[in-house]
Formats: sequence, C-alpha cells, structure tokens
Amino acid sequence: MNQEKGIWKVIGASSLGTLIEWYDFYIFGSLATVLASQFFPKGNPTAALLSTLATFAAGFLVRPFGALVFGRLGDIIGRKHTFLLTLVIMGGATFAIGLVPSFESIGFAAPIIVLLLRLLQGLALGGEYGGAATYVAEHAPVHKRGFYTSWIQTTATLGLFVSLGVILLTRHALDVNQAKSIAKFNEWGWRIPFLVSIVLVGVSVYIRLKMKESPLFQEIKDSGNLSVNPLKESFGHKTNLKMVLLALFGATMGQGVVWYTGQFYAQSFIENVCKIEFDQSRTIIIWAILLATPFFVIFGSWSDRIGRKWIMLGGMLLAIVTYKPLFQGLLTLSDLSNQVQLTGLKQIKKTTSVIPGTTDTLRILTHQYYFAEGAIQTVTVKDTAYAAAGRVTIKPDVKSFTQLGSSAYWKMVGLVFIMILYVTMVYGPIAAFLVELFPTKIRYTSMSLPYHIGNGVFGGLTPFIATLLTTIYTGDKLAGLQYPIIIASICLVIGALYIQQGVHDSSKEKINNA
Amino acid sequence: MNTIKKYAGLIWMLLGPLAIYYLVKTAAGEIEKKPFLDTWIQWGVFTIVALPIAAGMVIFGYYAWQGEYDHLPEESEEGLIH
Repeated sequence: MNQEKGIWKVIGASSLGTLIEWYDFYIFGSLATVLASQFFPKGNPTAALLSTLATFAAGFLVRPFGALVFGRLGDIIGRKHTFLLTLVIMGGATFAIGLVPSFESIGFAAPIIVLLLRLLQGLALGGEYGGAATYVAEHAPVHKRGFYTSWIQTTATLGLFVSLGVILLTRHALDVNQAKSIAKFNEWGWRIPFLVSIVLVGVSVYIRLKMKESPLFQEIKDSGNLSVNPLKESFGHKTNLKMVLLALFGATMGQGVVWYTGQFYAQSFIENVCKIEFDQSRTIIIWAILLATPFFVIFGSWSDRIGRKWIMLGGMLLAIVTYKPLFQGLLTLSDLSNQVQLTGLKQIKKTTSVIPGTTDTLRILTHQYYFAEGAIQTVTVKDTAYAAAGRVTIKPDVKSFTQLGSSAYWKMVGLVFIMILYVTMVYGPIAAFLVELFPTKIRYTSMSLPYHIGNGVFGGLTPFIATLLTTIYTGDKLAGLQYPIIIASICLVIGALYIQQGVHDSSKEKINNA
Repeated sequence: MNTIKKYAGLIWMLLGPLAIYYLVKTAAGEIEKKPFLDTWIQWGVFTIVALPIAAGMVIFGYYAWQGEYDHLPEESEEGLIH
C-alpha cells in the first residue's frame, strides 16, 4: 500500500513538472503571431532572420542537443537533480520572455534576448522528458510500467491543452468589451501566460525537491557501476547504437509525425485551410484533447498485457489509412457552398478612417453571411483610398473566416478526437517501450536522443513540410498529408519487421541491476 | 523472416542518400525562389539536422544487412522487453 502511494507521488511530481515544461514550450508557438509583432517586426530582414532562428533552431537543433547534454548528466549525477535543473532553466527562460521589452523600446536587443531564451527553452525540453519517463519507469513495478509511464505521456498533450486554455482565457478576460480585450492582449496581455509559468514552476520544483533519487539509479551508483562516458557507451558501441537506431526509425519517427499531425497540423489546417475562426479552431482541439487524454492511460496499461509494439504500430497504420478521409471530412464540414444561405440576414458594415500622418483613407468593408445550419461567414475587405489623383489600391486585403454551426462544430471535434486517439495509441506505450530497450546506466542518454529526433525533428517538421507541399501541389488541399503518411509508413514497416514483440510474463520477471 | 530483414537493409541503406538528394534539391529550389538569408538559414538548419539522421539510416540498413537485428535481446536488465 505504501509502495502504491509512493509511486503516485512520483508520478504526480514528475508529471506536473513535465506538463509545465510542455506548457512553457507551447505558449511560445501558440503566440507566434503576437510575439512576431512585438519582437520581430515585418519588413525588417534582421528581425526576420532572428525569428527564423527562434522557430527552427530551438526545435530542430537545440532539442536533440539538450537530450545529449542532460541525458549524459542524468546518467552521471542522477535523474532527480538533472530534471530539476531542466525545470528551473525552462521556467526561468519562460518567465524572462514575459519580461523582455518590445522591439520598439530596446531595438534589436529584444529579438536577440528572445531568441536566446527560446534556445534555452529548447535545450531544457530536450533534457526533461527522458528524465521524467526514466524516473517514473524506474520506480514502477516491471509489469505495470506501461500503465505508470502513460501518466507522463499525457503531459505533452495536456501541456498543449493548458497553453491553449490559458491563452483563450487571458485573451477574453482583460476587458468586458471583447474587441478591447483582444487589443489589450495583443498589446501587453500576452505576457501573462509567460509570467504565470514561474508560479507553476515554483510549486513543481518544491515538490520535486522532496523526491528521492530513482531506486535503480541509486542501486548502480551504490555498487559503483555508473557509466563513465554515457555518450560513448550509448552511441559508440554497436550493441546499444543498433537499439537507438531501431527506436528512432521503428518507433519514434512515426510517433512524431502522428503526434504533430493530430494536434498541430490539424489545428493549422482548421484555421488556415478550412478558415474557421480563431476561438473555434482552438476550442475544437481543446475538446478533442480533453476527450482523448484518458486513452493514453488505457493504451499504456493495455500495453502491459498485450505488448507495446502492435498498439504503437496499429496507431500508425490507422493514421496512414484514414488521414486523407479525416481531413477531407474537415474540409467538407467547413464548405459553405452546399449550405442554404439566409439572405435576409446578410449584414454589411462599412467603416472608414483617415490613416494617421497622411490624407489617405483606410476603408474596411465587412460582409456577414448567415446559413440555415447555423454557420456565419465573415468576409473583410480592407483597402486604401488614396488622396492623390489616379492612385488606386492594386490588391485589397481580403480575409474570410467561418463560425461553424453547432452540428458541424461537434462533428469536427469528433474527427480531431479520432486523430488524437491515434496519438494516444502511438504515444501512450512509448515511454515504457524506450525505457525497456536500454540498460539503466545509459538509459537517460540512450532514450532521450531518439525521442527528441523522432518527436522534435520528424514531428516538428510536419507543419513546415506539409505547408511546403501545399504550395507545390496547389490544386490539392490534402497534399500536405503526404509527409506524415510516408514517414509513418516507413516507420511502420521498420517497426513491424525489426521490433521484437513481447508480452509480459510475471514468471519470467527478474530485477537484476548488477 | 531474417532474409526479409536482411534484404530490406539494402533499401534502408539507399533511403539515406536518397532523402538527402531530395532535401538538397528542394532546398536549392526554395532558395532560388526566395534568395534571402533567412531562407538559407531555414534550409541550412534542415540540412544540418538531416545529414546525421540520413547517416543513421544508412548505418541501420548496414546493421540489418549484417543480420544484427536477427536476434534481439528479449529482456533488458530488469525484465522483459515488450
């Protein structure tokens, strides 16, 4: 009973910290547009360059680097102190981003500081997950590793959920008038989600400080069997390197693309391709996450009984086969051409204002179309009426977004829920799978690198490559799905061929850390 | 099954250089379309990251070809690998 209570404390302390780290990492991405206006002004090539570095270097270069740095540290000094350090670095960097003055106030120092802080975030994230997963797994009974580590697996998705929730709440809570509230949020309110992080990190550090070192690590430390050079032992010896490569190409690579497609690309697709308005495109993801999250634990627990391999590969297979119909379903639900327009309710609003410092006028024409199924489409046309004779706006800025009716909204939640269900299949059992592939003394290093290359690089590339593909194949709105489908297919074949399937048999169980 | 694993190793060995070829080709096309420093940086980061991954794929294929994955350990030091 005490042991049972102890493991829940371990899970609570580890999961809370990891959830906060994911939250910290995601709010930067979720607020990219606002941050760009504050720190990376348009039309400035140096700022654009720094913005590109902040976007790409943090995710793709620094995350795997953090996995190596902190993985090595975790195998030498221990799991507890290492993942405490990553939490402090992440929390400190996130809080500091909330304090950085804007580009207008301090010029180029602002984007440079933000870039450095973002790189620190990437570094810390690279070290956190492996530590938390290893720490929980090394406390858990062998036959329940899938179940206990699956709680850690919920944190990445819940981190996204909390980041979206905090942003939406803050965006609407700064003024009774919603338009004013959003304006305030864009001006200074965006800092709140960053500043809030320090309180969460403080609580988590306090809890983690009270925890003891992992028993398996402590055992090899006491027996003097710690690795002297975890990097060399992990990647310099064929026996272990072949398992690292198998973990990457047979599991984490496919997991990464399924994870990012179901949560990030789906959101981007709903907002930018289906043209669903800001709040709805986020609440659809929030609902789907909320409904799907318990399945991380269900699949994690199930993997203890039937093995990890086919649950993970099953998730990949389902994603490969059904992504196109699922995304086509999102497009169909947002297509208003088949819906009955209530022409009597159509509204047109026109506003004009003089552009400060000129004699030109900014004209904004807003059309609102109402549909029988409850959808409302808003089309805004912005152009400038120039005072100088003969000068006309060449191309007006046209923006269109749709607010879905109730039925279409919940159907969209259902489609995204299915995609996140696949995420729970590939992601729920993977921590236990990775932990079991490697020996205790080099586990932190060995599992962190394939995880962060799979999730951070292959997964993180999904939105960029998918968008790139849609610009190449302009006639096909689903062209972006080729990338996750191809990567998941290669991973499925490698995983099916080379990963050994095992089912836990308690009679075979042995705990031997010598 | 081991024969399939072994010959599939040849595919994985080819996949590494093939991926790099397509990456460099796409990068060159994108840089030509938008010849700015941040386009260079973006594709430079992709290429730097992709090179060791592609090398890893070649090594993985080589190991498969050598039969290294014919018999994997069924248990880690603390228990069964699932």
